[in-house]
Amino acid sequence: MHLRLRVWRQASATATGKLVEYDAPNISPDMSFLEMLDVVNERLMEKGDDPIAFDHDCREGICGSCSLMINGAAHGPMKATATCQLHMRSFRDGETIDVEPWRAKAFPVIRDLVVDRSALDRIIQAGGFISAATGGAQDANAILVPKTAADAAMDAAACIGCGACVAACPNASASLFTASKISHLGHLPQGQPERRRRVLSMVNQMELEEFGGCTLYGECQEACPKEISIDTISRMNGDFIRAGLTDWR
Amino acid sequence: MSRALRFYRSAIGKKVVMAVTGLIGIAFVIAHMTGNLLAFAGPEAINSYSHFLKSTGELLLVLRAVLIVAVILHVIAAAQLTIQNRAARPMGYVDREPQVSTWASRTMRWGGLLLLVFIVLHILHFTTGDLKPAGVFSTADVYGNIIASFRIWWVVLFYLISMIALGFHLYHGAWSSVRSLGLRQPSPNPLQRRVALAVAAIVWAGFVAVPVAVFVGLVG
Repeated sequence: MHLRLRVWRQASATATGKLVEYDAPNISPDMSFLEMLDVVNERLMEKGDDPIAFDHDCREGICGSCSLMINGAAHGPMKATATCQLHMRSFRDGETIDVEPWRAKAFPVIRDLVVDRSALDRIIQAGGFISAATGGAQDANAILVPKTAADAAMDAAACIGCGACVAACPNASASLFTASKISHLGHLPQGQPERRRRVLSMVNQMELEEFGGCTLYGECQEACPKEISIDTISRMNGDFIRAGLTDWR
Repeated sequence: MSRALRFYRSAIGKKVVMAVTGLIGIAFVIAHMTGNLLAFAGPEAINSYSHFLKSTGELLLVLRAVLIVAVILHVIAAAQLTIQNRAARPMGYVDREPQVSTWASRTMRWGGLLLLVFIVLHILHFTTGDLKPAGVFSTADVYGNIIASFRIWWVVLFYLISMIALGFHLYHGAWSSVRSLGLRQPSPNPLQRRVALAVAAIVWAGFVAVPVAVFVGLVG
């Protein structure tokens, strides 16, 4: 395949960036999007140019490191697919592909396509955990978990924290991320003792990080490589209302 | 008080205010639209309905106060959320393709602003009578006011455009308000909004029926 790329290049957090055009001939349709960028980078380095910086790690769709706004869609055109699992056969030969970093005040650009997503980690630190006494683990069957609750918790726990929901949201809201973490623990018996405190702290941290609010565009659910449902946001709001009414004074 | 303030300070709290005031608005437009249809039953029907509403005295005042407060809170919360949401993305994308968001959801702010202008003009037109596009106004003859006004093409056009904005506003709002309040049960297709579509279509059709019927001469 012969492609033309328009890639966001920005030397540092403080530098001004711009879209730079690259010619990318001889690209195999079986390459992943990241492998295509590897090839482009090798060619850049052979010429003595700076390679394009982008985040990646497992390259099998489970770590949440890869990102990229590809042709105006978070993780590109394939539904339920992270950029690392997106293949070049999803594009047309001769196509011009725009590649931009996630855009949000809470996700400052570090370099080129790499953004700082530690705001999501701080939301987790605020309450995305259960407090358990240490010691010998009890029998796993001692706590009964209804099948429906286990399924709902697992669906929410599929969130890999990539930030595509923030990137796709016109409000740059982290509601889907925060809601999935709250749902994942809140559906299970182990998550109940801290359920109210958790939603209050995590929502508070989400707003301290200056993410936008949810206006239910639905873009996050479509962009999510793990297909997390916006039902989790409705659940988060319900939990937040109940917790706010009972725990605050 | 501090609890209410703390609640309102969060974006979810503001969305709850928007949802509750929005649902009050939805209940009101359904009632208003139903009352309007009495125009098809003739002058006595709608004039006596109007007389009945005015005869309720304090109750009518309370209802009006609730509606005005609801509109004010809805607008203030919307403005604050808009500022917050814009600030959350200081630098936009060069290339951004909306994937599933509806046109209705993306026009809530401008459509809402149009509706606010409409509400003010509409009250000046049919409630206080300060605006007289047809030159006549009588608090006792609602039917006459309707007939005189909706024979004028630009009055009809303004009402039609405003009602399209209302229809789109309801198509998103009737669905999203319930979700903002956390009242929606999990659904295999959360973006589906059959009830909101029905609410929007019925309210739109009901409101549009009277001006169009008067304009084409079916009523009056």
